[in-house]
Amino acid sequence: MSEIFGIPVPVLAGQLMLGLVNGSFYAMLSLGLAVIFGLLNVINFSHGTMYMMGAYAAWMLMNWLGVGYWWSLAIVPVVMALVGIAVERLFLRWIYHLDHLYGLLLTIGFAWVMEGVYRDQFGSGGQSYPAPDSLAGVTDLGFMILPDYRGWVVLASLGTCFATWYLIERTRLGAYLRAATENPRIVQAFGINVPLMLTLTYGFGIALAGLAGVLAAPVIQVTPLMGSNVIIVVFAVVVIGGLGSILGAIVSGIALGLLEGLTKVLYPEASSTVVFVVMALVLLFKPAGLFGKEE
Amino acid sequence: MAAAEMLRITDLHSFYGESHILHGVDLQVGRGEVVALLGRNGAGRTTLLKSIMGLVGRRTGRIVVNGRETIDMPTHRIAALGLGYCPEERAIFSTLSCEENLMLPPVLRGGGFSVEDVYGMFPNLRERRASQGTRLSGGEQQMLAIGRILRTGAQLLLLDEISEGLAPVIVIALDACIRSLKDRGYTIILVEQNFEFAAGLADRVYVMENGRIAESLRANELEAKAGLVQRYLGV
Ligand SMILES: Nc1ncnc2c1ncn2[C@@H]1O[C@H](COP(=O)(O)OP(=O)(O)O)[C@@H](O)[C@H]1O
Ligand SMILES: [Mg+2]
Repeated sequence: MSEIFGIPVPVLAGQLMLGLVNGSFYAMLSLGLAVIFGLLNVINFSHGTMYMMGAYAAWMLMNWLGVGYWWSLAIVPVVMALVGIAVERLFLRWIYHLDHLYGLLLTIGFAWVMEGVYRDQFGSGGQSYPAPDSLAGVTDLGFMILPDYRGWVVLASLGTCFATWYLIERTRLGAYLRAATENPRIVQAFGINVPLMLTLTYGFGIALAGLAGVLAAPVIQVTPLMGSNVIIVVFAVVVIGGLGSILGAIVSGIALGLLEGLTKVLYPEASSTVVFVVMALVLLFKPAGLFGKEE
Repeated sequence: MAAAEMLRITDLHSFYGESHILHGVDLQVGRGEVVALLGRNGAGRTTLLKSIMGLVGRRTGRIVVNGRETIDMPTHRIAALGLGYCPEERAIFSTLSCEENLMLPPVLRGGGFSVEDVYGMFPNLRERRASQGTRLSGGEQQMLAIGRILRTGAQLLLLDEISEGLAPVIVIALDACIRSLKDRGYTIILVEQNFEFAAGLADRVYVMENGRIAESLRANELEAKAGLVQRYLGV
């Protein structure tokens, strides 16, 4: 009866939904990476760590200060933006004139130090974080049972991604960002404070990672390694979408999450490698990425 | 000097990394003057304009804009003193439409062109407003590069090789544009290779060679010394 490829529809739909949830996190994280790389020329390896710190910030707010999920959703991105601003001011600022490699090395160092600190504080076992009561239920869609929180995660991150895309591609502030991505020196010669733009952009990218961390906390185990686990996939997503492409980051994040979900049903053995197979194919046939511009 | 001073450069040395490019440049520009900076390729004219904007690796000496010392200022603060820079490569942004390019530079002070004024001076830009910036023709891109710095209220314009590579009819249009800017009281430094174009517009001419000012001439001396200038330009 209701089977596709010999798989019951509820199972398939459930896995695709999980894929969509993962894809939402991939999209938010690769979006931040793309914006940061575009303007600052920094390959921000610590992006996953910032996502982990966002999830822990929500956990700490709840368990140490009794602050609930909805407040965390507002507070954590602000706190993480401040963390990002501090990192940019204290460290990244000094290496812009050097090769990409130095930014990568610096952010790897930051990632490892922070992971060490969190492992020391929280152990590597992991914490669980409850979904808010209002989203703890499920909705019967007929062909599947949808946990409300998963639906919310997908809507919230798609909304955030769309708002970010709109901000960058359709507003005056975004025009500054696009122009400075192309030619920062000329933009600065027009009287725009480009160094400040770099700081705020990094802060914004980190805020996105922090927000993804809060959204993820109720659907995953919050562990010090959750960032490292996801960042490699996110880098693959960025390469597939095209380094620096805003739309590419969003679309390929969602698409690859779905593909992973589908692979889990059809051929589970390949589910953790399928993203990298796609990356290899894209690099072979369209090296600039699906949405990137060939130089 | 009759007019108030807009720019005074004293003993300017500029560097790109280890390369020492400008070797003690002195130059003055009065308010409302049009000054041409001539020289052969590689003489250091672009470097001089970049130095004024703080876009070179390192610079020493004094650069006083409108009475303010700028040698230690970051580029965006120098621009805010009322400078408009039109770079040699035009730097039209490919990710911005024609109109977004035009609207990009923030208005720094009052008294600049309105968008309508810019379209009045360059009607082509109005027709191409929705096109991607880099899809415009060379002449249109040049007009866009000039037009967008007129909106900001900048009073001192640094124009690098605006006639380069353009058809004669467009060069004539740019000539009329510079004249009308001069009539409106703009102060202009015009970097050129095109002696005819520059000589027709400038109140004074500096000739650069090897990172130094080699000659400084008034417009009324140009005819008599045309041979000398042409030799510097290697024509
Ligand atoms: N970015 C740079 N790095 C090193 N040297 C440069 C750079 N730009 C220009 N130069 C050198 O500076 C000198 C002056 O160049 P430039 O100012 O562009 O001359 P002009 O505009 O008069 O043709 C040239 O010898 C050129 O090779
Ligand atoms: Mg030049």
